[in-house]
Amino acid sequence: MARVFMKGCEAMAEAAVRAGCRFFAGYPITPQNEIPEYMSRRLPEVGGHFVQGESEVASVSMVYGAAASGTRSMTSSSSPGISLKSEGVSYCASARVPMVYINVARGGPGVGSIQPAQMDYLQATKASGNGGFRMRVFAPATVQEAADMVYAAFDYADRDRNPVLILSDGVVGTMMEPVELPPMKTEEEVAAIKESKRSWAIVGHKLDYAHRAWIQPGQWSTLLQQKENEAAAALYESWKSDARAEEYLLEDAEIVLTSYGICGRIAKSAVNVLRREGVKAGLIRPLTVYPFPYGAYDRIDYRRVKGILDVEMSIPALFLEDVETAVAGRARISTCLCSGGNIMSRDAVLRAAAKIMEGN
Amino acid sequence: MAEKLVYTRTKTIQEDKVSGFCPGCMHGTVMKLIGEVIDELGIIEKTACVLGIGCCGLQMDYMAYDNITSPHGRACAVATGIKRTNPDTFVFTYQGDGDLASIGLAETMSAANRGENISVIFINNGIYGMTGGQMAPTTLLGMKATTAPKGRDPKEHGYPMHMCEILDKLTAPVYLERTSCNTPQNLMHTKSAIKKAFVNQLEGRGFSMVEIVTTCPTNWGMDALGALDYLEKNMLAEFPLGLIRDRTKEA
Amino acid sequence: MAKIIVIAERCKSCGYCVKFCPKEVLAIGSAVNSKGYEIAEAVHPEKCNGCAICGRMCPDGAIDVYR
Repeated sequence: MARVFMKGCEAMAEAAVRAGCRFFAGYPITPQNEIPEYMSRRLPEVGGHFVQGESEVASVSMVYGAAASGTRSMTSSSSPGISLKSEGVSYCASARVPMVYINVARGGPGVGSIQPAQMDYLQATKASGNGGFRMRVFAPATVQEAADMVYAAFDYADRDRNPVLILSDGVVGTMMEPVELPPMKTEEEVAAIKESKRSWAIVGHKLDYAHRAWIQPGQWSTLLQQKENEAAAALYESWKSDARAEEYLLEDAEIVLTSYGICGRIAKSAVNVLRREGVKAGLIRPLTVYPFPYGAYDRIDYRRVKGILDVEMSIPALFLEDVETAVAGRARISTCLCSGGNIMSRDAVLRAAAKIMEGN
Repeated sequence: MAEKLVYTRTKTIQEDKVSGFCPGCMHGTVMKLIGEVIDELGIIEKTACVLGIGCCGLQMDYMAYDNITSPHGRACAVATGIKRTNPDTFVFTYQGDGDLASIGLAETMSAANRGENISVIFINNGIYGMTGGQMAPTTLLGMKATTAPKGRDPKEHGYPMHMCEILDKLTAPVYLERTSCNTPQNLMHTKSAIKKAFVNQLEGRGFSMVEIVTTCPTNWGMDALGALDYLEKNMLAEFPLGLIRDRTKEA
Repeated sequence: MAKIIVIAERCKSCGYCVKFCPKEVLAIGSAVNSKGYEIAEAVHPEKCNGCAICGRMCPDGAIDVYR
């Protein structure tokens, strides 16, 4: 496959189209604007449909409708827009409707700032809407990962009949990098995917009360609602084995940096600098932030490690909470933080690492 | 000569289920009319109903054809998603006044303004039914509600909203009519209005809405027949019945 | 001879059929269904001409009409 030089947002949009996404609804908000813009050009080329919704609230409900009637569908937004979409996502999770959505995160809270940040970590991984549903959440650090994760997300969504979130950020979304785009699904494959959903899709069926399509985001019967919640909980549990992290130079690490998304990449380059300076540094970079790769932190040699450095573009630190759970007191955790749209600098990471190595 | 069955409940309503609606509630009436029209048009097998949240949403258990419940107020958006990606599916929304004119006002206006090829059935009973009688955008001036205990006061609560007339300011909508089911004649006219709104969609003409003024005996604090009188004297005075727009021929 | 049949379990005693029957065939009776509604019944069945207004006006499809 040819490598192309592409902006993160556009690569994610193209990957979605190649995965068979044929409906997108979205709303303008920086820094994800290139996704709806790209989709508005690209989807008509493949017989797909694009709608600029009147709001994020409406857009996610359009996706709920398109996905509930069998079409691979996606929406995207940034931080405050993601808050507006939480209702629709919760409905999709409740009604078992597969969809993919992307958060190109920015500074917060509130309207925050339009520059990149990682301040939606808890929103993304702990509670993206009411009712305690969970989602697979992927955290790309490169344009290549972003494209690949979006592409895979559609298969996960269909397999689980559940929403999937790509937790990106303004850096990955707006920077350009060479990327090898995943293969384009043929029209036959796209049609077959839709046909495979026909039994439950809201497209009309023979008049038969028992076999009509019936997509309900909640149940009148509390017993039935609990039964559905139990089934969902079992599904979420089954994902634990799919947790993934990049474990880099952990074997002899005396200091372990841990971070996700763009910060994970900055932290990795800091590890390389530290290694050149003779410091045995290692890295754990979750690729899935739900299910969280707690196991990776068990492969740290705590007898050897002086400290863990959590690197994230969020104040207060949020990713830190999962790191604390994973480390479970086995080492001291320091943080290297910035927020509000300021982008993490490698020097800051190196200074923080140096402090740990000096033992204070 | 043995008598022939000339009228019975439409088969689109589930055989052994009695609706949860209050006595005299016209949600049941309208859903029967919709079922009869879908049956007569022979489109049951390609029909998808998008239900709003509220008493209108109680229909989900009684319809024998495909239906999906949308988030409160988002039915027109959900219908947009379905119709755009399944143009051969017949998609109609079924919404109450809170769903369509309050929380869903933007979705309704925008779908109408985009000229989505969907049919909207809007039940206007001037109150929030399911949640127990709160004030709606169409609550009449002076009408009491649990959130307007002294009655709707324009200084505080503004005025009843006339959705057909509001949508009539948009270019795209093809057919807008307000009807009621309070008399046999009005009921039959409501059925033909529903059929017209549905045929518009089947023939790809674009956005149609039928606003049906109905009663809510329980939350108006009346019995079924008393509510009918109240509707005739008060609701219809505020919401006159009639054709608001019909561009069927030009569409 | 036209006639109507009230499906007892579907009737909610709202009275629309009684009000709109042009021949005043119907009335709310004293028989009660499982939900406690007093069921409408044809008290003057001989007057029924099978116009089906009662059936159409009934919100719950509780009346079948024969002619």
